Amino acid sequence: MAGKKKISRRKFLVRGGLGTVGVMAVGTVLFRNPLRRTIMDFAETAPPMYSGSGTEPQLWFELTKDNKVLFHSPKVEMGQGSFTSFAQMIADEMHLRMDQVEVIAAETATGVVDGLSTGGSLSVAGLWQPLRELAATMRMMLIKEAASQSGQEVSSLTAEEGYVTAGNQSWSYAEIASKVEKWEVPHTPELKELKSYKHIGKPVPRVDLDAKVFGDPIFGLDAQKEGMVHAAVIRPSVVGAKYKSYTSTGVESMPGFVQVVEGENWVAVLADSYPEALMAETKLEVEWDIPKKWSEEDLQDMLQVGKGKRMITQKEGSALDDDEEGVVSLSFSSPMGAHAQIEPNGALAYFDDKGLTVVLSTQVPGITRTQLSDAMDMKEEQINVVPTFLGGGFGRRLDTSHAIIAAQLAKAAGKPVKYQFSRKEEFQHDTFRPPTYHTVKGKLNAEGYLDSLEHHYASGDVSANSAIALANTATKILGTDIGAMRGGNVMYNGIPNHRAVQWHTTLPFATSWWRSLGLLANTFAIESFVDEMALKAKKNPVEFRTQVLGDEGMHGRLKKVIERAAEVGAYSDTFTNGRAMGFAASTDTNVPSAHVVEVSIEEGQIVVHKVTCVLDCGVAVNPDQVRAQCEGSIIMGMSASLFERMTLRDGELFPTIYGPYRMALMKHAPKEIVVDLVQGADIPLPVGEPPLGPIAAAIGNAIRRLTGERLTDIPLQENLDQLLA
Amino acid sequence: MKISFTINGQDQTVEVADPYTPLLWVVRDILDLKGTKFGCGKAACGACTLHVNGEAVRSCSYAVKFAEGAQVTTIEGLGTKENPHPVQQAWKDQVVPQCGYCQPGFMMATAALLEKIPNPTDEDIDQNIINVCRCGTYYRMRKAIHQAAELANNSTKE
Repeated sequence: MAGKKKISRRKFLVRGGLGTVGVMAVGTVLFRNPLRRTIMDFAETAPPMYSGSGTEPQLWFELTKDNKVLFHSPKVEMGQGSFTSFAQMIADEMHLRMDQVEVIAAETATGVVDGLSTGGSLSVAGLWQPLRELAATMRMMLIKEAASQSGQEVSSLTAEEGYVTAGNQSWSYAEIASKVEKWEVPHTPELKELKSYKHIGKPVPRVDLDAKVFGDPIFGLDAQKEGMVHAAVIRPSVVGAKYKSYTSTGVESMPGFVQVVEGENWVAVLADSYPEALMAETKLEVEWDIPKKWSEEDLQDMLQVGKGKRMITQKEGSALDDDEEGVVSLSFSSPMGAHAQIEPNGALAYFDDKGLTVVLSTQVPGITRTQLSDAMDMKEEQINVVPTFLGGGFGRRLDTSHAIIAAQLAKAAGKPVKYQFSRKEEFQHDTFRPPTYHTVKGKLNAEGYLDSLEHHYASGDVSANSAIALANTATKILGTDIGAMRGGNVMYNGIPNHRAVQWHTTLPFATSWWRSLGLLANTFAIESFVDEMALKAKKNPVEFRTQVLGDEGMHGRLKKVIERAAEVGAYSDTFTNGRAMGFAASTDTNVPSAHVVEVSIEEGQIVVHKVTCVLDCGVAVNPDQVRAQCEGSIIMGMSASLFERMTLRDGELFPTIYGPYRMALMKHAPKEIVVDLVQGADIPLPVGEPPLGPIAAAIGNAIRRLTGERLTDIPLQENLDQLLA
Repeated sequence: MKISFTINGQDQTVEVADPYTPLLWVVRDILDLKGTKFGCGKAACGACTLHVNGEAVRSCSYAVKFAEGAQVTTIEGLGTKENPHPVQQAWKDQVVPQCGYCQPGFMMATAALLEKIPNPTDEDIDQNIINVCRCGTYYRMRKAIHQAAELANNSTKE
C-alpha cells in the first residue's frame, strides 16, 4: 500500500451540481492525549500531519464546466509557493496538465480550512500525503463513473489530461461528472512512485505568476463591496494606554464624513473614501489613560538570562560549573523586530441575509472565524471568512483581531466597511519578534573539541499567549515557549555534556511568531560561540562541527549538509581581496541548513557578496520555489541580522515608517546566491523558514575573521559601528 | 474639483473634494485599478509607484491635481497578459514574485529606469531601484532587470 494514512479513514461525501462536483472529506484530528515527549519531539523536529478543521464535511475540489479542477486550498498563499506545489500534486495524481488545475484559498463557509494556521513551513509537507490521496481517489471515481456510464470495464479505461479514454472513445472529466447522480467512493488507489511523476519534482512556473505580474486584484486590501465606507481607526500610540474619550474639533463638517464609532480601546472615523477618513481623523482629539511609559531599560530589566520563568529544554551529561578551569562564556542579544510586510493589515466586513462576511489576508481563517463568533456573539455558521492572497505573512497574519474591529464597524454603520491600517498603526500594533538575550558557555576537551556546551536563552512570548491552539496546548503541557525554543537546543550530539535553558518573560505588548521564530537569534548565539571555540582550538570550523556529530538520523543529515556546504561554498579560513568567509549551520523542524558567506567591509558597511546555502528538505516538490524560499530567507534574514531594530521611546514603539526602520534593499542583496539541495528524506520537509537560521552567525563569523572582533549583538551593522567608533 | 488626465491611454475626468487627494486613492478606489498598491502612505516603500509623463512617481504622496493633463500609466497599462512589457516578460521568465504585493511598484520603477538607462549596470540598479520587498526577491529582480534591458533593446533593433 502506498501510504500509512489512507484516505479511507476519512468519510467521503459528494456534492453534485451542474457540471460541478465537490469532493468533501471530514478532517482528522491531530493530537489525542499528547504526551510530553511527543509534543517535545514535534516541537523540535517532526512535521505534523495536516490537521483539517474537523468540524463538518467540506469542499476540496470542484470540477468546472471547462474541464478544470478547482482546488479549495486549506492553506493560504503568502508567497511561499505552496499553491503551485499543490497544483503539481493534483495534476500528477488526477492526470491533468498544469493549466487544468486552479487553486484558491478555501472560504470557511464552504471549504476545509486548516485547524491551526498556514505557518511553520508546513503547507506542502503537511498536505503531501492527504492531497495526493484525495486526487488519486478523485481520478478513480471518475474512471469508475465513466465505466458505468459507458458500460465498459474499468480495466479497459485510462485517464489522461482530463479525459477518460476507452479505445477510440473519450469523455472529459467535466462531462462524466455532469452525468453522475450518486458517486461511489472507491478505496484509495496506490500512489505513484516518486520518479514517475511528471510535475512533482520539476521547476514548473508559479501558478500565480500572471496574477502577480499584471497587477490582478488578489490581495486582502483589494477587496471591495458596493456601498462600502472606509475606516481610519485611532488606536493608542503609547504601549498599555487605554481609551478614555474623544472631542470633535469639527469632524462632522469634513468632506465625506459618515460617522464616528467608539470601541473597546479605539475610536474610528468612517468616511466615503480612505483619504477622507484619514483627513477627518485629524479632527478628533483623543484622551488616553496612560498608566506607565515603558522604556527600553524596563524591558532589559524584565528580560534577561536569569529572570522570568526557567525551563530546561535540553539536558545531556553534566552541567558546566562556571568556576571550572577552561570554561568560556559569551553573551549575545537580538532586538525586537517588526514583520514589516508590505501589505498593511485590514479587513472588509459586511452583513447580509446570510450573516457576516469578512474578507482579509489571514494565516488563520478558522481562528479568525472563531474569534469573530465570540466577539460578535454569532454562530460560526453565520460567519464566512474569505482569505485572499496575502501581501506577506511571516507570522503577522496569525493575529487577526482587526477583523473584529471591521465587523463591529460594519455593524455600527449598517454598511460594508473597509478598514486598513496606516503604516504607523502597522508598526505600533505589530506582534513583534521578541528581543532575546543569550549566554553560551563551553569547554574544550584535551583534543581541542567541544566537551561541554550550554545555551541559556531569554525571550519574550513567541508561541505563548498566541491565538494558535496548538502552541497554547504545548505551552500549557510543557511550560515552555516552543516558538522561542526553535533552534535553542544544541544540535551537536557528540558533545558529551550539553544543555539548553529557557528564561521566558511576557512583555507589556504582543510579541509573537516572526518567520523562523527563535531560530535566527538562537542560531546566532550558539553558532557564533562554536566558531569562537574553533578559533580558540585553532581548528577548521567545519571539521570542528562535524567531529561532534553522529552519522545517524538527523545528526547524520546535518553532518552531510555541513560537509556539502563547505565543499560547494569552497569554505576557507584564509581570506583574499579583503573578503573573508563565514560558516554556520542550523537545524529547524527536522531540516538542516548550512551557509557559507563571503563578506567584506567597505567604508564601514558590511557587504555580503555571496551566500552558498545547502538545505536538506527531503523531496523538493518544486525545486525552483525551494530555491526562491532559500534566497528570500537569506535576504530577509540579512535584513534582520544587519539592520532592523524596534525600540521603545517615551512609551511608544518606534520607528513607525520604513527608512527609519532600516531594512535590506536591492543594494544590500548578495550578487551571488548558490542554493544546493540535498534529498535526505523521501517526503517533503519544511522549507520556508529553516534556511533563515544560519545567516546572522555566518556573517558574524566572517566579520570575526576580517576584523578580529566578535560581534555579539544583532543588528550587526550597529554593533560594528560601535566597535569602529 | 474636476481633474482630467489620460490613464493607460484613456481620457478620464474625476471629481474630488480635495485636490490634494493622493493620486493613489483616485487610481485604486475611483478608477478601480487595484494593481497600484498602498504600502506606507509616506513615499517610503514604493509599492504605489506608477508613471506620470513617463516618470516613476510614488503616488501615495502625489496630489491628484498635479496629474491634470498628464499621461498616467499603471501596471495595468504597462503590458497585457497577451502582450507583456519586456519588464513583465522578464519578471515571468525569472519567476520573481513571491507574495507579489510590492512587485507592480518594482516593475513600474524598473520600466522607468530602462527608459532613462537602457543598459543599467548593477550600480545603476542599486541607486535607482530603492523600493522595499519583504520577501527578499531582490536577487531575482536584478536578473530580471538585466534581462528586461536585453529584451527591450532587441525589440527596438528589430
